[in-house]
Amino acid sequence: MTAIDSVAPGKSRARPSFYFRYMVEPYLYIAPALILIALVMLVPLVIGISYAFQAVNLLRPFQTGWVGFENFQALWSDRKFWLALSNTFWWTIGSIFFQFFLGLGLALLLNTQFYGKRLVQALVFLPWAVPTFLSALTWAWLFNPTIGPLPHWLAALGILSEPFNILGDPNLAMWGPVTANVWFGIPFFAITLLAALQSIPGELYEAAEIDGATAWQTFTKITLPFLAPMIAITVMLRTIWIANFADLIFVMTGGGPANSTQILSTYIFTTAFRKLDFGYASAIAVALLGLLLLYAVILLVLRRKLVKI
Amino acid sequence: MSALRRSTPLAVTGKYLALAFYVGFALFPLYWLAKIAITPDKLIYTEGTALFPSRVTFENFSTVLVATDFLAYFRNSLIVSLGTAAITTCVAAAAGYAFSRFDFRGKRLVIALMLITQMFPLLMIIAPIYKIVAAIGLLNSLTSLIIVYTAFNVPFATFLMQSFFDGIPKDLEEAGMIDGCTRFEALRKIIMPLTLPGLGATLGFVFTAAWSELLFALMLINSNDTMTFPVGLLTFVSKFSVDWGQMMAAGVLALVPSCLFFIFIQRYLVQGLTSGAVKG
Repeated sequence: MTAIDSVAPGKSRARPSFYFRYMVEPYLYIAPALILIALVMLVPLVIGISYAFQAVNLLRPFQTGWVGFENFQALWSDRKFWLALSNTFWWTIGSIFFQFFLGLGLALLLNTQFYGKRLVQALVFLPWAVPTFLSALTWAWLFNPTIGPLPHWLAALGILSEPFNILGDPNLAMWGPVTANVWFGIPFFAITLLAALQSIPGELYEAAEIDGATAWQTFTKITLPFLAPMIAITVMLRTIWIANFADLIFVMTGGGPANSTQILSTYIFTTAFRKLDFGYASAIAVALLGLLLLYAVILLVLRRKLVKI
Repeated sequence: MSALRRSTPLAVTGKYLALAFYVGFALFPLYWLAKIAITPDKLIYTEGTALFPSRVTFENFSTVLVATDFLAYFRNSLIVSLGTAAITTCVAAAAGYAFSRFDFRGKRLVIALMLITQMFPLLMIIAPIYKIVAAIGLLNSLTSLIIVYTAFNVPFATFLMQSFFDGIPKDLEEAGMIDGCTRFEALRKIIMPLTLPGLGATLGFVFTAAWSELLFALMLINSNDTMTFPVGLLTFVSKFSVDWGQMMAAGVLALVPSCLFFIFIQRYLVQGLTSGAVKG
C-alpha cells in the first residue's frame, strides 16, 4: 500500500478494478435500499426527534417554535404517561413470555417426525398470515359476553364467576390483547427456532444417545446451547417490536377501559392523530426510544458476558 | 432427524395431544370468524356460543360484494400489497446479494443501520411522515403507501434474501464468470433460478405484511376511493352500525390472499432461515 513507486506494471491496471469491487460495485446493489431507508425512515426520524423539542400542535398552528425540554417536563408530570409506561411493560412481558415458550414448544414438536407433518405445519403457522386488524376484531368478538363464547366457557370452567366482559374490566382487559398477540406471535418463534433446530448436526444427538443421556440432558446440553444465539436475537427484536405494536390494542380496546390498556404506542398515536399534538407525541416516542435502546444495550452486554463463560 | 430415541406409547400420545392443542388454538378463532360469516343475522345474537350455526347463509358475502365498496378496497389493497412486495423483493434481493457476496468498506455500518431501523419505534416517525407526505401532496394516494411500506419492509427482507443467497455456493457463479459471463449475467442466469424459493418467500412475507398494515393506512388515507381493506373494515364498524355478519364475511375475504400466499411460502421460510443459521 505504501510503496507506490515499486508497484509492478500490471498492478496499476488492477487497482481501479479493486476499487470498483470493494467500494463501488457493492454499493450499486445496496443503493436503492439505502436511499429508501434514508428518505422514509432516517429523515423523518431526525425530524421526529426535533419535534419533541418544539411546539407542533395543529390545533394551535400559530404557537410554534422551540420549547426546549418543555414537552418532557410535561411528560414527567403526566399521570397517563406513567400508566401507559407500566402498561407497556406488562403488555410486552406477558406477550413475549407466552409467545416464546409456546413457540419453542411448537418448534420442538415440529422438529420430530409425525403423521401429517406438512399439513400441521401449514395450519399452526396460519395465524401469522392473518391480518392484525382481523385477528383483533375476531378476538374482540370471542371475548364479547353477549355474542362471544369465551366468557361463557370460562364461567362454565369456574375461572370467571359469571360471563362478564373481560375487555371492559380494567383489571383484566389487558388479557384480551395479550391473548390475541400470543395467538398471532407463536408462529414467528416457531419458524425461527425450528430453522435453528434443523441446523443442529444430528450426530450430536446420536453421540448423546450412545452415552446414555436422558432427554432432559440432551435438551439442556445440546439443544439449548445451540438455540441460544437465535433465542437472544429473536427475543430482543420481538420485545422491541411488541412494545411498539399498537394495532391489536388499538382495535380491541382503544386503550380503555379507563386507560387500563393504554400503552405508549397507542398513547403516541392518539396524541398525534386525535389531539393533533405532534410535539408531545414525539416526546413520548423519544422516551420510548430511549427505553428500548437501554434495553437493547443491556441485553447485548448480557449476551456478550454469557457467551464468554 | 433426531428421533432415534425409542418412543413410549405415552410419549407418542402426549405428542399428538400437544399438536392437537396447537392446531386447535391456531384454527379456533378462524373457525369462529367463518362461522359468524355464514350465520344468518337473526341468529348471531341468539346462537352466540353455539359451536355450529343451526342455519347457514351466504347472504353476508353477497351483500358485502355487491352492496358495499369492499371490492374497491380489495383492489386498492391488492395494488398496494403487490406493488410493495414486488419492489421490496427487487430492492432486497440486490442488497441481500451484496451482503452475501461482497466484503466491502462500510459493510458493518450498513448492516447496523438496517438493524437500527428495526429497533426504533415506528410510531416515532409517523407524524413527520404524515407532514412530509402532505407537503408533497401525496396524501390519499396508493403511491405513498407503497413507498412507505417498501421502506419499512426492506431491512428484514434484505436479511431474509441474504440468508437465501448464503445457502447458494459461491463456486457456482464464479464458475460462470470464469466461463465468460459478467457478474450480472451469472447472477441472472445461474443464481436467480436457484433462489426462486427465496424470492417467493420474501414476496409472500412482504405481501402479507403490507396486506395487514393498519396504522399508516389509517393515517395517510381517508378518502373512500383509495381506502385499503383494513381501513375499510374499521370504518365498517361505525358506518353500518357494526353489522357483524357482513364484517366477518369481509374478514374472510380479506384472509384469502394472505393465507394462500402464506401456505405457499412457509416451507421456504424455514428453509431459507435454516441455510442462514448454518452459516452462523
